[in-house]
Amino acid sequence: MTLEVEHLSVADLVRDVSFEVGAGERVGLIGESGSGKSLTALSVLGLLPDELRATGSVRLDGQELLTASERELSRLRGNEMAMVFQEPMTALNPAMRIGRQVTEPFRAHRPPGRPAAELLDAVGLPGTARAYPHQLSGGQRQRVVLAMALANDPSLLICDEPTTALDVTVQAQILSLIKTSLSAESSLLFITHDLAVVASVCDRVLVMHEGEIVEHGSTRDVLTSPQHSYTRRLLAASDLEATR
Amino acid sequence: MRRNGNLLLGGVLVALVVLAALVSFVWTPYDPVQVNAPDRLVGFSGEHLFGTDKFGRDVFSQILVGARTTLYVGVIAVGIAAVLGTPLGVLAAMAPRWLGEFVMRVNDLVLAFPALLLAIMFGAVFGADTVTAMTAIGIATIPSFARIARSGALQVLSSEYVLAARAGGRSRTQIAARHVLPNISGLLIVQASVSFAIAVLAEAALSFLGFGTRPPTPSWGRMLQESQELLTVHARLALVPGIAIAVAVLGFNLLGDGLRDRLDPRLAARV
Repeated sequence: MTLEVEHLSVADLVRDVSFEVGAGERVGLIGESGSGKSLTALSVLGLLPDELRATGSVRLDGQELLTASERELSRLRGNEMAMVFQEPMTALNPAMRIGRQVTEPFRAHRPPGRPAAELLDAVGLPGTARAYPHQLSGGQRQRVVLAMALANDPSLLICDEPTTALDVTVQAQILSLIKTSLSAESSLLFITHDLAVVASVCDRVLVMHEGEIVEHGSTRDVLTSPQHSYTRRLLAASDLEATR
Repeated sequence: MRRNGNLLLGGVLVALVVLAALVSFVWTPYDPVQVNAPDRLVGFSGEHLFGTDKFGRDVFSQILVGARTTLYVGVIAVGIAAVLGTPLGVLAAMAPRWLGEFVMRVNDLVLAFPALLLAIMFGAVFGADTVTAMTAIGIATIPSFARIARSGALQVLSSEYVLAARAGGRSRTQIAARHVLPNISGLLIVQASVSFAIAVLAEAALSFLGFGTRPPTPSWGRMLQESQELLTVHARLALVPGIAIAVAVLGFNLLGDGLRDRLDPRLAARV
């Protein structure tokens, strides 16, 4: 499954963004807050807020998504493409048990699916099916969110700063869980502002600044010999050696 | 502690009314509508706990059976308001902005119309009767539910778990049923208990005016009305149903307050 984004613009917040994520590729999208990373991700899923409209082209295996109906998009979301959000504290319904929540993607797409216990075991949370979200820690909740995103084995997984709200040790666990759980032929678009995370997860990286992609290339190239002045500043601002 | 006090006291008072209604189905000391001329206007006594009225009917028995009417009217009025108002509010929250605004402005119009006046109009058109009166009160209460449901739904809809549900491929109706309704149920329960108290009061007022429960069905409001002419000689006849109404209204109000205190901090923590 390939994701092709061409000349994507959202108001003047995202400007003429083009990139491609091939099958099995792990691509990082980095940039500071407000640079348009999340809007780019939301446009792919067709989840932009009502007052914003995306122009250009977003294709998943040739199928145009920007002009697709809500119905067609619903069929793809949570099935062919899934998303992990930044804030695990609010990404789960407080009034729904964990077990019910992880199996939601099956209910939406292909019932009966697998049992909740199996999904939760796979992310290292055995015996939590009957718990409510407030009884779990942030890291545990993010595992639940991840289990939901991976339930239908999506061909494209978008992670929007999935580790930003977590402390460092839990971050490492979640990252390794993402790396091991995502099947080899699935694509990953990983949004973050943490260069250390990019270095450990992604093959390729796109640098976004003020709504535009200012630099792209292999993770090694971009992190060792940045071309754009913004990337250089970003690198200088985050002491990579210290965070590794 | 004080919060629990409200909830507890409210619960006890409401339970008292429910108990009276339940008991009246299996047992009343006398037939509440049986006229008994020789025993008229007996005071508090062992034989007639709350005495008898001007027709010799046992007041205690009437209070017990009247509790049924009270609960019955609350259930009808709140049922109509909740069943129609909640979906209306949720729809207004999920619909395109202009449609939502339109629905809410119509809602404001209905809200501005006095409930008792609507009930009196219904009574004049369809005939005075408990169901008619309470249907009117229920309709007049729809806007309160629609408002609460809409504001709650707007809050839930802007939450990340709704975005996550959409990212998971859930349709709008499924999101309304699985995510919005369960998360606004606390607000609705509180609104229901408060509306219940208002409906009980409205029934009493309407029965007093002759637009509510028709004789001979015992109703606390009508007992009050019938006590009017004897108010100076037999204040007891006004006092007993008056206290019963006060107990029911206070009970439901305290229950609503207590529930709000219990549910609100958690709602705030959730968002």
